[in-house]
Amino acid sequence: MGCIAAPLRLMDVMQALKVSGLSKSFGGRKAVRAVSFAVSAGQAVAFLGPNGAGKSTTLRMIAGFLEPDAGDAEIGGASIITARSAAQRSLGYLAEGAPLYLDLSVRAFLGFLARTHGLSAAATKDAIARVAQDAGIAEVMGARIETLSKGYRRRVALAGALVHDPVVLVLDEPTDGLDPNQKVAMRSLIRRMAETKAILISTHQLDEVEAMCSRVVLIDRGIIVTDTTRTELAAQTPGGRLEDAFHALTQMERAA
Amino acid sequence: MSIDVAQSARQAGHAIRAIYVRELSAYFLTPLAYVFMAIFLISLGAFTFEIGRFFDTNQADLSPFFLFHPWLHLVFLPAIAMRLWADEARGGTLELLMSLPAPAWALVLGKFLAAWTVAGAALALTAPMWISVNWLGAPDNAAIALGYLMSFLMAGAYLSIACALSAAAGNQVVAFVLSVAVGFLFTAAGLPVVGGALGPGLADALASFSLLSHFEAAQRGVLELRSLFFYLGFIGLWLTLNTIWVSARKGG
Repeated sequence: MGCIAAPLRLMDVMQALKVSGLSKSFGGRKAVRAVSFAVSAGQAVAFLGPNGAGKSTTLRMIAGFLEPDAGDAEIGGASIITARSAAQRSLGYLAEGAPLYLDLSVRAFLGFLARTHGLSAAATKDAIARVAQDAGIAEVMGARIETLSKGYRRRVALAGALVHDPVVLVLDEPTDGLDPNQKVAMRSLIRRMAETKAILISTHQLDEVEAMCSRVVLIDRGIIVTDTTRTELAAQTPGGRLEDAFHALTQMERAA
Repeated sequence: MSIDVAQSARQAGHAIRAIYVRELSAYFLTPLAYVFMAIFLISLGAFTFEIGRFFDTNQADLSPFFLFHPWLHLVFLPAIAMRLWADEARGGTLELLMSLPAPAWALVLGKFLAAWTVAGAALALTAPMWISVNWLGAPDNAAIALGYLMSFLMAGAYLSIACALSAAAGNQVVAFVLSVAVGFLFTAAGLPVVGGALGPGLADALASFSLLSHFEAAQRGVLELRSLFFYLGFIGLWLTLNTIWVSARKGG
C-alpha cells in the first residue's frame, strides 16, 4: 500500500494541475474542445490565446465555477468533478476582473476567505500577515476595498487567492488594467510564487508571457494549438519572435 | 469514506460561519439593517396602535400587534433578502464564491441565517411592547412567547422565498417584486375571501399552504406542531430551490 501511495503523491506534486479533455459549449457554440495539459509545481505556464479563444471558460471550469460538458481537472490530485471541495482547497483563483467585496476592509475580506478555507483564528492572523507582506498591501489592510486604486485591488485579489497557501494558482489576466509600475510589481510577485507553486496565467499579452512564463499553452477557438517552451515557440518563426509565432499559429487555425 | 464525510461537514461548517459573518457585517456596515429595522418598527407601531386600536381593546395581550406581522413580513423581508444573490451576480463575486471549497447549500444557508438574524433582531426590538402589556396588566406570557416564535418562523419562510428568488432573478428589483408576489400568494391563500370563492374542500387544501393560516393558531395562543413543521418544511423547500438555482448558474 505504502509503495503505491508514495509514487502517486510524487505524481501529484509533479502535476499539481492536470487538465484532461475539458469541453464546454454555450448553446450550439463549442467554446472549449477537449483541452488537455498539465502544470507542475515550480512552473509558471502561460495560457495564451486571442480574445474569445476559450481561456476564461477553461479557467472557470478548472476553478469549479462552470460545469464542463466533458473532461476533468485534477488539482493537487483531487478531481474538480468528483471531489470539488478538496480540489478547491488546493487552488488559488484570481478571476477575470478580480471581483472583490467592495464594502469590506482588506483585512475583513482576507479573513472571510481564510475562514471559508477552514483556517483557525491564529492561522488566519498569520496567513493575513504573510499575504499582506507578499502582495505589498500591508499599508492598506484597514482600508475599505472600494477606496483603493485598481492596482491595490488587483493585489488584494491576488492576496485572497494566496491566503490559504494553495499548491496551484490560476490567474486570469492578472495585470490587466495596471500601470507599468504596478505590472512590474505584480510580475515580480508572481515570479516569486512560481518558485514553489504551479501557476497558470491566462493572458493575451505577449510581454506578460516573456516576463513570467517558461512554458506556453496556446489556445485558439477552443483548441490547444501548441504546448511548448517559450523559447521553442519563438524559434518556430524565422525572426525568433514570440509575436510572430502567436500570429502564425492563430492565423493558421483560422485558415484551417 | 467517513473521514471524507467528516472533512466535508467541517468544511461546510466553516463556510456557513464565514458567509454568515460576512453577510451580517454587510448588513450592519451599511445603513441597510438600521433603515430596515427603523421602518419596520415604525410601521408595526403605526399598524398596532392606529389600525389595530391597541388601547381600545382594553386587554393586556398583543393580538393587535401580531395581527399585522404576516403583511409586514411580506413587504419588508424581501427588501433585506433581495440583494443576497443578485448582488453577487452583479458584482462578479459569485465566481469568487463558487471557487471556494464550500458546497452551494452551505453558502445558501449562511446567507439565509444572516438575513434571518436581522429579521430576528427587528422582532427583538419590539420587546418593549411585551414589557408594556406586562406593566398594564397580566397577559398570558406563554402565548406571547409563542406568537414571537411563530412570527420568527414565518419571517424565515418569507425570507426563504426572497433568498431563492434573488438567486433565480439575478436582479434586485425583479427579485423584490417576485418575492412580494409569491409571498402574497402564500399569504392570500389563507384569506376567507379566497376560501369563500373556492368552496370548503379546496379552500381548506389551499389554506393549509398559507403562511397566514399557520400563524392564526399561534395568535390564539395555541401551539400546533403541524404549523411548526410547516414553516420549517417551507423554509427547507425554498432553500433547496435556492441551492438548485445557485448551482444552475454554474452551468454557464
